[in-house]
Amino acid sequence: MPTETPLFAYTLRLADNALILGHRVSEWVGHSPVLEEDLALGNLALDLIGQARSFYTYAGEIEGLGRDEDALAYLRDAGAWRNVLLVEQPNGDFAQTIVRHLLYSAFAHPYFEALARSRDETLAAIAAKAVKEMAYHVRHTGEWTIRLGDGTDESHRRAQNALDELWPFTGELFESDQIERALIDKGIAVDPMSVKKRWSNTLDHVFEEAALTRPRDGYMQSGGRSGRHSEHLGYILTELQFLQRTYPGAKW
Amino acid sequence: MVTATATAIDPREQVARAWKAAEAVVDPEIPVLSIADLGVLRDIDIVDGHIEATITPTYSGCPAMNLIALNLELALEEAGFLMPRIKTVLSPAWTTDWMTDAGRTKLKEYGIAPPAGKASRRALFGEDQVACPRCGSANTERISEFGSTSCKALWRCKACAEPFDYFKCI
Repeated sequence: MPTETPLFAYTLRLADNALILGHRVSEWVGHSPVLEEDLALGNLALDLIGQARSFYTYAGEIEGLGRDEDALAYLRDAGAWRNVLLVEQPNGDFAQTIVRHLLYSAFAHPYFEALARSRDETLAAIAAKAVKEMAYHVRHTGEWTIRLGDGTDESHRRAQNALDELWPFTGELFESDQIERALIDKGIAVDPMSVKKRWSNTLDHVFEEAALTRPRDGYMQSGGRSGRHSEHLGYILTELQFLQRTYPGAKW
Repeated sequence: MVTATATAIDPREQVARAWKAAEAVVDPEIPVLSIADLGVLRDIDIVDGHIEATITPTYSGCPAMNLIALNLELALEEAGFLMPRIKTVLSPAWTTDWMTDAGRTKLKEYGIAPPAGKASRRALFGEDQVACPRCGSANTERISEFGSTSCKALWRCKACAEPFDYFKCI
């Protein structure tokens, strides 16, 4: 097995984040609290899956072993996935889904804005499209967080619970390892720490209006980016990959 | 390889003919808009003796792109271009600023409010001002940021009480 190039590994991480969160959000389709929200979550999922497709296609080209977007999405086992743990966390109640999405999109929005200036033309092009989409994700989930946090006692309690439970997964968003640091130095990858302040400001703005308390930074979960996942990923892949695993090569 | 009868004609005229054929291809989700009106059709050129049309997706996950590419290929073949090529590019990223004035008028007549203002300067949090495509009133409200397709949002007119789609400004 040839060793992965840093660019392949980096692109795969971007793709896996987008696909796993997209899949999670798509689980709501047909189950949302109201029809408009069903459409909204379906649209959010579609954006993420679209971004994932672009990243996977590029990752396959970089790798040069003939794997296309489908091979990368449907035929890898859990240990080969590189998404952060945050995006594979269960949907829980509506508050948990919304808060998880806000934590991710408030990061992805400035991150893609920076990636749109990457020296790698393809990554820059994918990011330039994605940044427009993520702006909608931040707005939508930000508005919902405010509505829930500043709503009834029950909705406030649930939003605060979701925030407290998910906060330990936010540290991983800002990690960078050797693979990435080499690419950051070359102006290809984005240093996640460079967008931390904006992420933090966006959240503070929302939390203040939502009357939510920002949890203190304590122990942070880590491991997804190097293939050490929570048990949840296996269940996601079982569903996501079922068709191609059961009927290999099946086409629409 | 030889292209159709069109080979004998001047390349500029070939490209012009191909544009005409390509322009007639419509967005399957909003059939009043052609891909030229939308700004999805970016370029037409001759590469290695073949017509090559360049398109760009509106949203990363737009499911209409596959059908648009297929219909475009068929339209070019019908116009006499053998084995036309369809190239998809992501950069520069599509923006509603590219929608033609004719496209905006057609959208409005179809009952969809065209994108308001310029996409280039939008705040992260904030509201668009959207006029009702039916009665023209500015007394409207947003029902949902998301609608029946990625590119649309759901609005309601408080003057004539009609709900309507709004083509999002991005």
